[in-house]
Amino acid sequence: MDLSTAKNIVVIGGGQAGAQAVQSLRQFGYEGAITLVGDEAALPYQRPPLSKAYMKGELAEDRLYFKPAAWYEDNKVETLLSQRVKKIDRANRQVLLQHGGHLDYDAVIIATGSRPRPLPVEGADLENVFELRGLSDVEHIQPKMISGQKLVIVGAGYIGLEAAAVARQLGLEVTVLEMEQRALARVTSPVISSFYEALHMEHGVDVRCGARLGSLKGKDGKLTHAVLASGEEIEADMVLAGIGIIPNVELAEDAGLPCKNGIIVDEDARTSDPRIFAAGDCTVRPLAHYARTGRLESVHNAIEQGKLAAAAIMGKPRPALDCPWFWSDQYNIKLQIAGLSQGYDEIVVRGDVEAKKFAAFYKKNGRLIAVDAINSPPEFIASKRLIMSGASVASETLADTSISMKEIAAAAA
Amino acid sequence: MPTITYIDHDGTERPIEAKNGETVMETAIKNSVPGIDADCGGACACATCHVYVDESFMDKVGQPEEMEQSMLDFAENVQANSRLSCQIQVSDDLDGLRVTTPESQH
Repeated sequence: MDLSTAKNIVVIGGGQAGAQAVQSLRQFGYEGAITLVGDEAALPYQRPPLSKAYMKGELAEDRLYFKPAAWYEDNKVETLLSQRVKKIDRANRQVLLQHGGHLDYDAVIIATGSRPRPLPVEGADLENVFELRGLSDVEHIQPKMISGQKLVIVGAGYIGLEAAAVARQLGLEVTVLEMEQRALARVTSPVISSFYEALHMEHGVDVRCGARLGSLKGKDGKLTHAVLASGEEIEADMVLAGIGIIPNVELAEDAGLPCKNGIIVDEDARTSDPRIFAAGDCTVRPLAHYARTGRLESVHNAIEQGKLAAAAIMGKPRPALDCPWFWSDQYNIKLQIAGLSQGYDEIVVRGDVEAKKFAAFYKKNGRLIAVDAINSPPEFIASKRLIMSGASVASETLADTSISMKEIAAAAA
Repeated sequence: MPTITYIDHDGTERPIEAKNGETVMETAIKNSVPGIDADCGGACACATCHVYVDESFMDKVGQPEEMEQSMLDFAENVQANSRLSCQIQVSDDLDGLRVTTPESQH
């Protein structure tokens, strides 16, 4: 469907994907009306620093925003903040707002993102039990990030571990509870899990794997203890839940768009309705280099799908797909991830784990599919290219640090 | 406030008033300078904010640190005056800085 003559585009969701879609629409020459509806009070901002530099107080709030307020005015983007969409009425091509009123549309981009999975235990509603997704969460958490406070983090995923690193650096006593047998179990290999467990223990975090939270205990509505399934009680001034996210698919589902743990979209970020696109955490998309579909929770994905949707609407050639990438900052360690390691059948370690400078390469059927690069940018960057080109690189070569990544990339090209 | 001039690969100049403490990348993004994407938001993770620094400012801007240098090693069309603009912080010293964006980022 040709939408390049569209007059009204509604973007639902003001996160990274929504913000990118809006910018790309204007960049690709769209001149009609754009309305960005966001349920947060703030203009679109970057989320990654919320569990890193911003949480630590090292980054001023105004540096989080993608664009200053004036940009939206200059580019004639109407922003409806602190507003929720009630329904997408496909028959009448209208987006109905929670507070009443509606927006007519020629095209819609759903960028509703995801929400933290709530703690499924008694006491989750006690005071000083937090989750971490938005600016307002950090506003609540930050005043309690005081030296000597006892913080219990539930879930040793990236958010939980990044928050643990910040908290330790601010002098809090930190316990991390992980019900799996290792940290980062869902997202990486045992090599990287062990590294991060050791790193956090070295910094004084009490990392408890195989520890299931039973309940949260409080007094007068205020949290006092985290109680493990084993019965053990851990004193806590604050609990931070980081046990994963739930994609916000309800609007799409209600509108009858196919969803399966995410809104199903094609390679142009288009849903089953040719006028409706979806981008970011809330989608399940084709993963070009992995011959499967999947849901990616990342900046890379939000940006890419925001661009894809805008390009498709404007009838532009599909932008080149990037190799999926992620990053995590903890203490002075930078982890850069390229590709998706799921389904690997071989791990090759290059570099020096003790020196905290190494990379774990993941291969499947001899082909490089992903890398976790710890303080190793060349391994990260070179792998992005190797993964995209479907290169087979001998494991002995990858492990041999006397051969530079530049040479390896050049030889495979 | 220091002024930074961004020059497109085709020679178009965009002088912009920058804020001390922000980076050359952030200044570009907030002012919609084409050719600087900065997908990672300045985490030194993506190398999409590559610029060429005017030779006369090379000393003031300083040398890239190891992380940035490694990223640059793999960027396209790298020159001796290549930098990642997310790693250059604006200060009064940099008033008058001129940076050019590579064609490959347009």
